[in-house]
Amino acid sequence: MINFLKYKWLYFFCSAVAMSLGLFSIFKWGYRYSIDFVGGTNLEYQIDKKLSRQDLENFFKAKKITINEIKLTGNILLVRTNPLSGKTEKELIAGLEKELRIKVNVLRSETVGPVLGRETLIKTIVASLLALLGILIYMSFAFKDIRFALAAITAMFHDFLVVIGSYSLMSHFFGAQMDLLFVTAVLTTMSFSVHDTIVIFDKIREYTQFEERRDIEYFANRALTETMVRSVNNSMTIIFMLFALVLLGGETIKFFVATLLIGTITGTYSSPFVATPLVVWMEKRKKS
Amino acid sequence: MKSLKLAISLLLLFLIIWIDLPENYPVRLTVGKIKVDFKINPLSVDSNIFGFQLKKDFKTRLGLDLKGGSHLVFEADTSRVKPEDLNDALNSSRDIIEKRVNFFGVAEPSIQTVKSSEKYRIAVDLPGVTNVNEAVKLIGKTAQLEFTEEDPASKTATTTPLFLRVTKFTGLTGKHVKKATVNFDSQTGKPQVALEFTKEGAEIFGRVTKRNVGKPVGIFLDNMPLSIPTVQQPITDGNAVITGNFTTSEAKELAIAINSGALPLPIKLVEQRNIGPTLGALEVKKSVYAGMIGLLMVLIFMIGYYGKMGVIASIALIVYGLISLAIFRAIPVVLTLPGVAGFILSIGMAVDSNILIFERIKEELRKGKEFDVAVRLGFGRAIDAIKDANVTTLLVAFILFNPLNWEFLPQFGMVKGFALTLAIGVATSLFTGIVITRRLIDIFYRSSKF
Repeated sequence: MINFLKYKWLYFFCSAVAMSLGLFSIFKWGYRYSIDFVGGTNLEYQIDKKLSRQDLENFFKAKKITINEIKLTGNILLVRTNPLSGKTEKELIAGLEKELRIKVNVLRSETVGPVLGRETLIKTIVASLLALLGILIYMSFAFKDIRFALAAITAMFHDFLVVIGSYSLMSHFFGAQMDLLFVTAVLTTMSFSVHDTIVIFDKIREYTQFEERRDIEYFANRALTETMVRSVNNSMTIIFMLFALVLLGGETIKFFVATLLIGTITGTYSSPFVATPLVVWMEKRKKS
Repeated sequence: MKSLKLAISLLLLFLIIWIDLPENYPVRLTVGKIKVDFKINPLSVDSNIFGFQLKKDFKTRLGLDLKGGSHLVFEADTSRVKPEDLNDALNSSRDIIEKRVNFFGVAEPSIQTVKSSEKYRIAVDLPGVTNVNEAVKLIGKTAQLEFTEEDPASKTATTTPLFLRVTKFTGLTGKHVKKATVNFDSQTGKPQVALEFTKEGAEIFGRVTKRNVGKPVGIFLDNMPLSIPTVQQPITDGNAVITGNFTTSEAKELAIAINSGALPLPIKLVEQRNIGPTLGALEVKKSVYAGMIGLLMVLIFMIGYYGKMGVIASIALIVYGLISLAIFRAIPVVLTLPGVAGFILSIGMAVDSNILIFERIKEELRKGKEFDVAVRLGFGRAIDAIKDANVTTLLVAFILFNPLNWEFLPQFGMVKGFALTLAIGVATSLFTGIVITRRLIDIFYRSSKF
């Protein structure tokens, strides 16, 4: 048996660093919001000739279209503008083809009004809170102890912070946009996090039920020792899947999968190193 | 008894594999003199059993983000409708839009009304449609057809333009038109729109034409004059034609607009997403490829680490994949990118069930238990954890899926798609992780003993 809990301050430190880095980034840089949240038009065109950025910028300027972002990778042109009408967009394509002498293949064009985004965000938050409540109630019954549920949810909140924090970093350094896919990734992380925590708690529950009374710390350490291989193995399988998707999958899901990857790692980490020390601490407080 | 069970299992497996077959996969073989050249397709049923028409295609349904197409959201202006009529107005708007979309010839469109904090919206999904401007134009048309006549009360000079003279509304509108079709004038060969009135419409039209012989009658669409013919003789059979300088496609559009009638609510486009077919196809191809590689790595890892048990887990995992796909095709679930993510997560959880069971069995074996006993105890112990973990996941999926369509929860496709595949995946993995793995262990280890 390994005394995992001996190093609880180290785990606490690691978590604190990860969370504060993310929080720092959120407050300092925030996010790049996709049109899902702030409204606007996203255009993704495949073009057949190389163009210079300057030409494109001039072109849009001449057309009096405000661009928020313009990206040229190979023959893919990505432009984010204020909301455009269908007519303007048609003229835009015609203009590009005529004035810059290129052929345009529309890969994607999206226009979202600004109201929708806010609503989406609020609804998702409400749903997540309800899900939290459901988990709290279910776990309190299943473990006959609200402390287990509280610890699991705190670990989940930890993972939530790590994921949204690291997304802010990705947003700042790699241009990831906060969109609906990101919201889905956060939800996935949250449900995975609890799933993983329950496996360890189940062990502790079993020991406290079937064995002679001993210190909770002893049981927790034993549970950690026995579930560690399983936790790592299980996460490895998910990480394999996600790695393959990050490296080989399409461009649109790159950041989505990267977020899931971070979520899986922190979800696996938080179960033994956040949730378990917490439950031990709470149980001990109860006794003293 | 045992062989019956086996036969049923095999039959089920066969059915599942049949449902899972790839679509339009060409097979070309030459065996001796026999040349085989056909296309593999998944099961599709189309038959009549005891009077029930059974028609089902087991094909993968891809969402707009993967297949390409347009997603449009319209917001209805409800300010001029009485609250008690609102639902009717909204539903009939929905029906009219559906009619218009059907004229557009879209396969499997989806039109939904969405209420969200006092805002009423209509979301339209048009798979495969890339000419979004035309679709928007067609859907948003107000198309109010009206028939007018000269107002006898107002004195107008004959020099007044025709369309200013026919100002009196006759009470005859597009509502009284049963059907509008395009045909061609037998003399000039020009396209025209033929109207067939309802019974009530025919009566009104009869009266209108009777009192206006030799005078003009106006046909207006959205307050624009379409044509102002002069009545030659009373028309009482309920048929009329609108002639004008139409091109064939203009005439066709007009017929569609008249047929689908006016929208009871004015609508405004608030969201529009248009994904070209190239992008979706590329994404699917890459994701499937990546998924395969990932799965292969998982299988190698499991077999490498758990040996024979790993083989069992791998088989269970493949069976799991086959069953899930069959369920996706049977329901059918529309697969979107988040849906794929939900599925991947559930694969992870399916593997987890197996790992949990194996670790427990190993634990029991370490305690020196007999293999049989260890398997039994291991399963028993593991099931508690598997149950609790999966129930919480199902709970989350349930809330996100929002089955009762509560307006304070997400109502949009993305999150719902994710929740649905996750829930199906987890439910299936509970079955395969427990039932199938157990069966396989029985088969493998029993047979190796004898």
